[in-house]
Amino acid sequence: MPGSMPGREQLDKESNSMTDKDWPLYEVFIRAKSGLSHRHAGSVHAADDEMALNHARDVYTRRNEGVSIWVVRSSEIIASDPQESEALFEPAKDKIYRHPTFYDIPDGVENL
Amino acid sequence: MNSKQALFKYLVRLGDNALVLAQRLIEIVADGPELEEELANANFSLDYLGQARLFYTYAGEVEGKGRTEDDFAFLRSDREFENVLLVEQPNGHFGDVIVRSVLFDAFYLLQLEALSACSDERLVEIAIKAAKEIRYHLRYGSQWLVRLGDGTEESRRRVQRSLDDLWKYTGELFAGDEIDEAFRAEFAGPDLAAMRATWASNIAAIVKEATLELPEDGWMAGGGREGRHSEGFGYMIAEMQHLQRSYPGLNW
Repeated sequence: MPGSMPGREQLDKESNSMTDKDWPLYEVFIRAKSGLSHRHAGSVHAADDEMALNHARDVYTRRNEGVSIWVVRSSEIIASDPQESEALFEPAKDKIYRHPTFYDIPDGVENL
Repeated sequence: MNSKQALFKYLVRLGDNALVLAQRLIEIVADGPELEEELANANFSLDYLGQARLFYTYAGEVEGKGRTEDDFAFLRSDREFENVLLVEQPNGHFGDVIVRSVLFDAFYLLQLEALSACSDERLVEIAIKAAKEIRYHLRYGSQWLVRLGDGTEESRRRVQRSLDDLWKYTGELFAGDEIDEAFRAEFAGPDLAAMRATWASNIAAIVKEATLELPEDGWMAGGGREGRHSEGFGYMIAEMQHLQRSYPGLNW
């Protein structure tokens, strides 16, 4: 079952009117330079999708941190339930054969 | 007017527009309705301030009398500022701030784009840098205008009023005088008539998307570029210059 993020329905209700006090929350992902992947940078409140992109630009790339921005409504993220972390993640802990540590790395191979 | 004088005066006016708008926006720092708006506003103000510094510094060098950026900003009287009246208009409410920015930035961006192709190399460099900043300001401002115009009944009513109130300051943007003519002749400067047509159609498109009514051209205010300013301007300048006037030569 999805975790503790507020439901879409609830956020829609909150953002229906401009007189509402709180704008919906967006998660911000920044790509620092070409070739790297987007990384979670933080979150912003915004009136809608387009303004969220502006806010993300103004809040998280002021010091030249990025070349690309993704924003996504926090309510659209399906998060794992911390209560279930045992079932989800514990089983991987004793399966060391899944790590590529049993191979000899040939000389001259970088970045492995 | 020789070409050096034309360049000097044109640069000071560019600096004055940028500095005065920077100061108006600084006045509402810490008043942002949301943290995100707060940061955006402060960023915008600092962009204009940075541009003013480049224009003034260059103006001082062109003049050759040893004046620095600070001399232009802090040691001139209000009558010596030749900014357009639009940028000095008081902040009012959020909708007023947005409309003032959109009307001015739509003009300023065209001016900077034209200057990016003028014949003065240094001004070209400044204009290219500044145009990038203003392109974002305009994007931001117009998106807000659309949201306010096409928002609630109240936001629409209030922002329509802002547009109607500020419209009378748009005529001055394109009212060229001998400085504009000399600068255009000597440095391949902007063609104000062509700029006006582009500005009008760009603004009309934004206003239409915002579902607002485009005001009719009526009486237009003028005088800012001759140093005759609105009532509140003297107070704004007094506050801006207070430290330098009280403690001459003060440094950080």
